[in-house]
Amino acid sequence: MRFRPAGGSVVVMSRTYAELAGLMTAMTGDEKHGPSATSTLDVLWVLYDRVLRVSPSTADDPGRDRFLLSKGHGPAAYYAVLAAKGFFPEDWLAGFGSAASPLGYHPDRNLVPGVEISSGSLGHGLPLGVGLAHGLLARGLAEPRVFVLVGDAELDEGSNGEAIVYAGAARLPNLTVIAVDNQSSTWGWGSGGIEAHFGVAGWTVTRVDGRDHGALAVALSAASGGGPSLVVASVERKG
Amino acid sequence: MRVVGDMREAFRDAAVELVEEDPLTAVVLADISADLFAKAMARHPSRVLNVGIREQLMVSVGGGLALAGMRPIVHTYAPFLVERAFEQVKLDIGHQGAAAVLVSVGASYDAARSGRTHQAPEDVLLVGAVPGFSVHVPGHPDEVASALRSAVRALGSGRSAYIRLSTEANGAARAVSGSGRLQVIREGSLGVVVAVGPLLDTVLDAVVDLDVGVAYATTVRPFDADGLRAVASASGVVVLVEPYLAGTSSAVVSSALGALPHRVLGLGIRNPELRRYGTPDDHARMQGLDAGGIRRSVTGFLGLT
Repeated sequence: MRFRPAGGSVVVMSRTYAELAGLMTAMTGDEKHGPSATSTLDVLWVLYDRVLRVSPSTADDPGRDRFLLSKGHGPAAYYAVLAAKGFFPEDWLAGFGSAASPLGYHPDRNLVPGVEISSGSLGHGLPLGVGLAHGLLARGLAEPRVFVLVGDAELDEGSNGEAIVYAGAARLPNLTVIAVDNQSSTWGWGSGGIEAHFGVAGWTVTRVDGRDHGALAVALSAASGGGPSLVVASVERKG
Repeated sequence: MRVVGDMREAFRDAAVELVEEDPLTAVVLADISADLFAKAMARHPSRVLNVGIREQLMVSVGGGLALAGMRPIVHTYAPFLVERAFEQVKLDIGHQGAAAVLVSVGASYDAARSGRTHQAPEDVLLVGAVPGFSVHVPGHPDEVASALRSAVRALGSGRSAYIRLSTEANGAARAVSGSGRLQVIREGSLGVVVAVGPLLDTVLDAVVDLDVGVAYATTVRPFDADGLRAVASASGVVVLVEPYLAGTSSAVVSSALGALPHRVLGLGIRNPELRRYGTPDDHARMQGLDAGGIRRSVTGFLGLT
């Protein structure tokens, strides 16, 4: 059961990137996950504006692209983008985190239209994405792609290691991971970076400027090489 | 460890039938039992998956398959399925609302010689704590197919299930309705002994000459509250005999009896850290779950000693 947008207040006309800041301010502005939320803002915008084949009218279509926000921390940017694209009314944003609001500090797919997974605990989105990618293929749905956004520190979780090696070996062509790298992993990923760890498992890997919309769009839209792909989006060091 | 039990083969047969009949049914394994599913894997490589020795991934893949509209059956050894990947069970199946059927082997002490690492007497308590899960404990290989089929059918209404298989089994299958009802095996006036799954025969031996009723349960979540009240309201005395952690269902039984004055004794595994090897029979005896141990507990509770 999902909350459905209340009558009449869904924004049909899409907002612009410049207007996202105002939508985020409509939330509490100052909540604890702030820096993490903004590290993902550009990636989220490019995905929903230029890459994902999903809209409010196709949010339940089996053939839609899936976006899984694995790093459920700091969802302000995510909610702002979903509201800007009309998945739910912008006036939901003001209630962010309150008992009456469907918008929590970690998103719940059973409460928020357009949200594909409930996240918050780290290291669940990519393994779920592997199953989702398998399931779409098993249903004969070869077109829809599965995008999973993770953080570089989130990759510390061992569950990701299980998924990275398996998905590379299983050659899932419809799976793309976007790793937003703000160098917040306590022990880092060594001289080869995150991409080295995916690369040895057989993933197609690329790294782009996580603030460069054109570069993000090209990297995220690229067809896979027959297996899963990784796009590392570099942003400023968390600090 | 005993040889591969019939329940596991009955499960394989039923799961493969479902995979053949229904293009949305899938099986996810983590190496264990992969040999049993080799043919099905070759026939249906997109739906019969072996992720290797990766139990977290196995459970999450089950959840992801469900999000794609599939009906996943996820299977491995009980401690690795339930305990190692418990947060995946809680979040990637339960919290997502991504219904799946989990099927374990190993039970509490099927692998008596293998020790604690291969024993999961806490499994039902843990899975039972996750909203949305039914729990089924078949007592005979011929009860496995109906349990699996009804569990897969229930996925359509968003209900997940945990099916606990064992090499311990009763001598004969009982007609299991699939409705989750308690089955009255015999009547008695001093109280009712509820035997769960493979412990029915042992219970019947234990109380053969006692004036107590015996009921048989293979579904313990949700517990058949109406059925329990029907057999227990006259005496208000219930002895629950479960093949996993003692007391696992005592609270739901007590809750089912509600305002009725009642006494409940919960028998089961009383020491999960036994630190003994041996056979399942040795473990049953040491846990007080052989016929003599159950009889001593029942007579003591009823004041018949």
